[in-house]
Amino acid sequence: MTTHDLEYDNPNAIEAHNMSVYYGSFRAVKDVSLAIEKNRITALIGPSGCGKSTVLRSFNRMNDLVPSARVEGQVLFHGENIYAPGVDPVNVRRRIGMVFQKPNPFPKSIYENVIYGPRINGWKLSRREMDELVERSLRGAALWDEVKDKLNQNGLSLSGGQQQRLCIARALAVEPEVILMDEPCSALDPISTLKIEELMFELRQHYTIIIVTHNMQQASRASDYTAFFLMDSDRTGQLVEYGSTSQIFQNPKDERTEQYISGQFG
Amino acid sequence: MAVTELRRQPSLLRAAFERFIQVLLVFAAAISILTTAGIVFSLVFETIAFFSEVSIVEFLTETEWTPLFSIKKYGIWPLVTATVLTSAIAMMVAVPLGLIAAIFLSEFASDNIRRTVKPLLEILAGIPTVVYGYFALTTITPFLKNFIPTLSIFNSLSAGLVMGVMLIPFVASLSEDALSAVPNSLREAAYGLGSTRFEVAVRVITPAAISGIVASIVLAFSRAIGETMIVAIAAGQNPRLTFDPTVPVMTMTSYIVQVSLGDTPYGSLSYYTLYAVGFTLFIFTFILNIFSYWMVRKFREVYD
Ligand SMILES: Nc1ncnc2c1ncn2[C@@H]1O[C@H](COP(=O)(O)OP(=O)(O)OP(=O)(O)O)[C@@H](O)[C@H]1O
Ligand SMILES: [Mg+2]
Repeated sequence: MTTHDLEYDNPNAIEAHNMSVYYGSFRAVKDVSLAIEKNRITALIGPSGCGKSTVLRSFNRMNDLVPSARVEGQVLFHGENIYAPGVDPVNVRRRIGMVFQKPNPFPKSIYENVIYGPRINGWKLSRREMDELVERSLRGAALWDEVKDKLNQNGLSLSGGQQQRLCIARALAVEPEVILMDEPCSALDPISTLKIEELMFELRQHYTIIIVTHNMQQASRASDYTAFFLMDSDRTGQLVEYGSTSQIFQNPKDERTEQYISGQFG
Repeated sequence: MAVTELRRQPSLLRAAFERFIQVLLVFAAAISILTTAGIVFSLVFETIAFFSEVSIVEFLTETEWTPLFSIKKYGIWPLVTATVLTSAIAMMVAVPLGLIAAIFLSEFASDNIRRTVKPLLEILAGIPTVVYGYFALTTITPFLKNFIPTLSIFNSLSAGLVMGVMLIPFVASLSEDALSAVPNSLREAAYGLGSTRFEVAVRVITPAAISGIVASIVLAFSRAIGETMIVAIAAGQNPRLTFDPTVPVMTMTSYIVQVSLGDTPYGSLSYYTLYAVGFTLFIFTFILNIFSYWMVRKFREVYD
């Protein structure tokens, strides 16, 4: 908490400094330096295989789950390197939540899905506080009205779009500061996609959101900042350009960015 | 012209061949179904013959089983309690150890460890049960006697414990399959919420695999009930109605062995007891199988 107090005027939620990620001897991402501003939506775009997911998963140490993965450089969260020795990845993930490409609710009731995080975090909540937290989280994910009468139904019984919003609610319930989203809409229909984009704008007031997307329109209409990645001849991904979304899309400085956003490759 | 010939010839052959394969498969399926039906039929038939001489009320209310003595009594309960007792002791060993092994292998072990331990478990499953039986009689019982001086040479405790060890690989291997089948996306979801490895394994993956785990337990239980050699060798040949694990008892399977090995004349009443006991055994395993089928259906989660 002291670091938090010291950092109160730090505008950035996450900063990567010369971050490289390896899978075994393969360098998937090279020398990424980027600062993610608080309470903004940052989109990571680029062609398939350029390392967007790899970068995203490095921000909450999800890559620890891949035995061959290794991260070099620094990722600062509240000024603290999350890869420093002694940092528990479990604590990192409690504060930097994640929503995945494919909706992955637990095969439990809607209620249990949402309350899972607080439960394992050992929050001591009364039944009423739990009910309130579940409602707040589901409201936060714009799902409450659709499921308020069937909280005991299995989460898997919902539609794909509802499942994804349930996963968002589940992430919100642990009250993280940052939410990482890896192509959260790619398995969804356009209406569900729009719902989630609206939701992201709502969430931005309280959370910092980083989203990977393949959809250029989505990046341009639903994000504040955009980072464009591309791989070099060794298939190693690099950050090509990073700036406000309007600048990247209307006035790209790098010609590769321009080519990509105008659909000329990738 | 040449082309059409080339085309037609093999397609005729292939049609005949496919027909042949189909017939072969139907035949194979029919054999196994008919054999099963035949077994059940003869079991039911001979059991009916038994109950035409011994009343079903006596069978279910009498507390002694002495068909081979001069005063004959036909109460099934001593055999049933012995079977249940030895099986229950076995499950107390096999379920916790098997589950721990399965969870360890699926969620904690590195690929290397998994590659070494799984074959070892399968070796354990490959040991002939007669070896387990003598192990129980000649090693476990003398060892347990150090702690329980009153322990009989034949007793359900050693038989049950060793049978439990025999069943560990069943529970472990089938439960491990069920755990590994849980999609990785659930593990990621759980880790992403800040779960520890232990929380992922116990609170997410195990519940998600529960139907397969229960099925493995029921299967092991059903094997314990039908297990013959270990109990015949180590648990004794004394039908008595007791839940005391330190004294000799006789399970349903032990009784079948005893009668089969003896010189019981064909067609005598004691010959028919074989079928009555066999049928009771069949009902037990049948109910267990139905139960496991129902559990799997009820709790199976559909992942796409
Ligand atoms: N678990 C892994 N083990 C080994 N290599 C991996 C692993 N995950 C990703 N890679 C490699 O790292 C590189 C970057 O992959 P990543 O998934 O980050 O790309 P991406 O930009 O998210 O692509 P997509 O748009 O297709 O999702 C690819 O070359 C990929 O093959
Ligand atoms: Mg990806």
